[in-house]
Amino acid sequence: MLIFSIIAILMLATLFASILLWDKGRRSFILAVRSLWLHRLRAFLSVLGIIIGTGAVISLMAFGEGSMQDALDDIRRLGANNIMVRSVKPTDESNSSKRSYIAIYGLTYTDFDKIATIPTVTRMVPMRIFPQEARRGYKSVNSRVVSTIPDYMDIHNVEMKSGRFLVSDDEVLLRNVVVLGSELANRLFPFENPQDKEVQLGTFFYKVIGVMKERSQGGVSTEDVNLDAVIPIATARARFGEKIFMRSAGSRSAEKVEISQITLTVSETEKVRPTGEIIRSILENHSKSDWTVNVPLDRLEEAERAKERYKMLLVLIASISLLVGGIGIMNIMLATVTERTREIGFRRALGAKRRDITLQFLIEAVVQTSVGGVLGIGLGLTMVFALPFIAETFWDARIPAKVHFESITWSLTTAVAVGVIFGIYPSRRAALMDPIEALRHV
Amino acid sequence: MASVLKIIDLAKVYALESVMVYALKGVSIEVEEGDFVALMGPSGSGKSTLLNLLGCLDRPSNGQYFLAGQDVARMEDDQLSDIRSRYLGFIFQQYNLLPQYTVVENIEIPLLYQGAKLSSATTDRCTGLARLVGLGNRLDHRPMQLSGGQQQRVAIARSLVNDPAVILADEPTGNLDSRTSDEIMQLLSKLNEAGKTIIMVTHENDIASWAKRVIRMRDGVIESDVRNDKPTVAIDGDTTTLQTELLESLVLNRNK
Ligand SMILES: Nc1ncnc2c1ncn2[C@@H]1O[C@H](COP(=O)(O)OP(=O)(O)OP(=O)(O)O)[C@@H](O)[C@H]1O
Ligand SMILES: [Mg+2]
Repeated sequence: MLIFSIIAILMLATLFASILLWDKGRRSFILAVRSLWLHRLRAFLSVLGIIIGTGAVISLMAFGEGSMQDALDDIRRLGANNIMVRSVKPTDESNSSKRSYIAIYGLTYTDFDKIATIPTVTRMVPMRIFPQEARRGYKSVNSRVVSTIPDYMDIHNVEMKSGRFLVSDDEVLLRNVVVLGSELANRLFPFENPQDKEVQLGTFFYKVIGVMKERSQGGVSTEDVNLDAVIPIATARARFGEKIFMRSAGSRSAEKVEISQITLTVSETEKVRPTGEIIRSILENHSKSDWTVNVPLDRLEEAERAKERYKMLLVLIASISLLVGGIGIMNIMLATVTERTREIGFRRALGAKRRDITLQFLIEAVVQTSVGGVLGIGLGLTMVFALPFIAETFWDARIPAKVHFESITWSLTTAVAVGVIFGIYPSRRAALMDPIEALRHV
Repeated sequence: MASVLKIIDLAKVYALESVMVYALKGVSIEVEEGDFVALMGPSGSGKSTLLNLLGCLDRPSNGQYFLAGQDVARMEDDQLSDIRSRYLGFIFQQYNLLPQYTVVENIEIPLLYQGAKLSSATTDRCTGLARLVGLGNRLDHRPMQLSGGQQQRVAIARSLVNDPAVILADEPTGNLDSRTSDEIMQLLSKLNEAGKTIIMVTHENDIASWAKRVIRMRDGVIESDVRNDKPTVAIDGDTTTLQTELLESLVLNRNK
């Protein structure tokens, strides 16, 4: 695609260079610029269609590209070769009335072992996630315990700010160690280095072995991943058990979940979907629908399809606005030709050939549309930079925008093309005039 | 003297919906190099029609036309453009200058269509001609900033820039008062003295008196064709010799 923009730029440069280096072309160009300046308002109004069209395409392209990019980045962060299998609390009304009830649901170690037998699965990371207060001295933070295995680091793109992540020995030796999310570390240890300090989770104390770098939310979970406290899954099983009690609004509830989530990696991208199907068939025998299988690849392709549709829509908008803009140009060029009939007549008398007249008016049309295109690009870029800024300062909203270099070259090329296409008819009309009649014109 | 143009039995018929208008009914003229011809006649007698044919802006319905030794009567549009740009200069009643161009840029126009490369030499030529017609201090002015007479001077300079074999003028003083007309005629007369062939349409005897030959037309035919033995001449004395020199140098600069 970039090569096309480079070719387009070169072609535009050659076009304008050859106009300007060629004496007749340069005089026509100067004439065009001066006449446009003479009729500033008229020229502006006649290219307004092109200005707005180009501006709209540039900015819509940038905003569309920006939000698509955001969505795609989110999905890519989850990994195109990964599959997420999650436990979901089944919606069953009869339970909610009881004051104290243990909800038993979700993925089990049996499921885990079954899934592990699928040959295309190269790596599995089980997680047990539950809310838990983290305490350090008198400070306490509503944190989230993520108990997992060392592979979590790799599969979830964790980077360490300091210390280390879990290792397999932590698992084997049931060590009481914890890796803190960046925000959690900040809140529990505002003034000291948390390394090797103790943090209380539930009834036990855990030694801080490392702090993770700040992670972006990823748009999927509502919890702040930077408040996570990561501990070895074996340790969690031994210390917390499978039942987790939660207090909320005076009522006590408990859940028994063996595994909250399994993130697994598939050997090849083509095998991701079939693997997902196999996993679904394995989990089909659960009596409740207490699981989901999430294949980011599906969403990736969905997002890419949406992007294509958006692009098609933009092309449609662009074509309509350029058509409107082109008709505006044609209209004004026809008026110009009529207005300057005498000029056409005496130019012919002074030796101009028909093609000289054609080229002169074509150059005028192209100069107009190019100026329109440039102004439109200016308008578009202004919107691209101003709108996110305004949204952020007044509504605290983020509008992702990514200016597409190609959209600029394409707008300029199409603006020039519109000038040529819609300038041809008026220019030919000028050229085909009879010189004597043209000279007689008042 | 050699003849620059020669028409034989030239006719022009306009076929309108119901009638045929015979604007020219067989006109034969031969014009020699260095001549100064005035075309006269009542309105509708075919003067402009003839001048347009001589100017290769139109093709005759019948007859022959030789310009600078070439048969131009049946030429294609592009060829006629070439002939105009090489051999003809035009002066119009309405000056026909481009308001967006300066004096020098206006004078330059015919050179563009000759395919000449614009250079400092061509610019010098244009400024030289502007000086020649007395506009040396107005080189960068726009036509709107000039009087009618001055605009017509620019048009005269423009008609000279391609060093044409014949200058054709359709009522060049038609829009000017008598004093300014006189100035313009002095200029044309001097150009003629310097060797330029001029064919001019006029209604006024005063203006025609500057010409060396007066052709009168009526109803598309030549009524009379007489030589003027005592044409009005430019009163020397108020014209500087410098101007004459410049004029000669430019006009004699034919070996291009
Ligand atoms: N395009 C045309 N179509 C039809 N008839 C025309 C056309 N041009 C000229 N005529 C006719 O040809 C005749 C000669 O016209 P022409 O313009 O040559 O006259 P003229 O001598 O220049 O008159 P004037 O002094 O008013 O300019 C007129 O009868 C005119 O009506
Ligand atoms: Mg006339």
